[in-house]
Amino acid sequence: MLQLTNIDAGYGGFQALFDVSMKVDAGEAVAVLGANGAGKTTLLRVISGLLPASGGAMTMDGVSLRAIAPHRIVEAGIAHVPESRRLFPRLSVESNLKMGAFIPEARKRFGERLDYVYGLFPSLKERRRQLAGTMSGGEQQMCAIARALMSGPKLVLLDEPSMGLAPVVVAQVFELVRRIRAEGYTVLIVEQNVAQVLKIADRAYLLEVGRIKASGSAAELLASDEVRKAYMGI
Amino acid sequence: MDCQLDIFFLEAVLNGILLAGLLALLALGLNLVFGVIDVVWICYAELVMVGMYGIHYSHKAGAPFLLAAFIGILLIAAAGALLHYLVIRPVLDSAPINQLLVTGGVLFFLQAAATMAFGVEFRNIGIRLGSANVLDMSFAWSRILTFAVALAGMLALWLFLTRTYMGTAIRAISQDRQIMPLMGVDQRKVYLVTSAIGGGLAGLAAALMVLQYDIYPQIGLQFGPLIFMICVLGGLGNMIGGFVAAFVISQFIAIGGSCFATEWGYAIAFLFFMVMIFVRPQGLFAAKS
Repeated sequence: MLQLTNIDAGYGGFQALFDVSMKVDAGEAVAVLGANGAGKTTLLRVISGLLPASGGAMTMDGVSLRAIAPHRIVEAGIAHVPESRRLFPRLSVESNLKMGAFIPEARKRFGERLDYVYGLFPSLKERRRQLAGTMSGGEQQMCAIARALMSGPKLVLLDEPSMGLAPVVVAQVFELVRRIRAEGYTVLIVEQNVAQVLKIADRAYLLEVGRIKASGSAAELLASDEVRKAYMGI
Repeated sequence: MDCQLDIFFLEAVLNGILLAGLLALLALGLNLVFGVIDVVWICYAELVMVGMYGIHYSHKAGAPFLLAAFIGILLIAAAGALLHYLVIRPVLDSAPINQLLVTGGVLFFLQAAATMAFGVEFRNIGIRLGSANVLDMSFAWSRILTFAVALAGMLALWLFLTRTYMGTAIRAISQDRQIMPLMGVDQRKVYLVTSAIGGGLAGLAAALMVLQYDIYPQIGLQFGPLIFMICVLGGLGNMIGGFVAAFVISQFIAIGGSCFATEWGYAIAFLFFMVMIFVRPQGLFAAKS
């Protein structure tokens, strides 16, 4: 589904990603692991077009993502739930969801999509008139995921969904991720919470200072000394 | 001239409210553009001036007033989009002072161009609507109509901003510019649409003002500082704040004008503005932290 080949990217003179090749197949949940500053967020920003790649190739279902404008990447079926959620704080929950359905394809089916995400996350329906910025962190994460689903994506990019949340809420957020997987969405997730994320992922890539250091099934990475030592403190 | 709480005082207050409708409409356009694009159109009142000439000459050429007004609104909406495309877009990432200077340049360019094209004479569209008399008070129908249409225009904008996708994007963009592409929103298009709407509001104001005021190339100087002051008082970019501030300022002008002289009304209003800059520089209603 998603294929990256020798991708380079950076900010100004600083290169953040070196020669990154990876793929995500339909129906998979793939995790990207790595320390702070390893380039995980940059990787997702490159895929969704927020940051242009400086080299390499990137395709979604055979369509080159580097050839299309950033705001058209959603139309290719990729929805990005950004780091720290980035809801529109002074818009209502429902207006945030409306923004998620901005593309023409999604507008046509707005009512249907809205019923669908409210069915998936009933507590959002109760709060649909509330300003998004006044909700708790966990609810905001739910709203951010729902907003991404409104575009009718095939692939959902999740950037640190558990960041800044209380431990009990973290468990709930991973439950949300499990639920959207069960709905058939393909997921690419970036997380520092390695133990948790490897429980829901099929495969994982380990990113270190901008390069892919290791990859394999979740079980393999969970068993590898490299991951255990560096990220799980064992 | 003396100040008593008599029927003439009430007349002044009510006329102040009627004036507030127009000022609120004028402030709304400027606030909308600033709230979305983060650039102040210092030349906003000059767009209104150009619109007034456009309507005046369309009417003179034989168009019925409503058609002339419609032409004026479209003309200034196009001018707003053009202003964004040609002048604002190249300086979007420049320092705010440069953005002010360049729109200030447009202000004087439009004034000079209008003087050359239309001359310095005062022109009047020549439509007299008469006035309504209640008790001993008199209210020009042109002012009443202006107030009603301005409110309707603001209501229409509010419906657009809350009900449509583009309107929601316009409200969203100032809250988080960077992630707009993730929603599939082309930021440049939102800016262009906002500029056209801001221009359209100036055109609507122009259509209402030709019924009340003579047209001359410097009419922008009469309204420009007033509009800008109202926007700052309400908190730049805060559309509701601007609405309330328009009512506050027009009462200063109306009551001051009734008790002393119109010039005193303006002087007191600007004095109040200066004091408020000292005590509440973020505007009467703090919009953003």
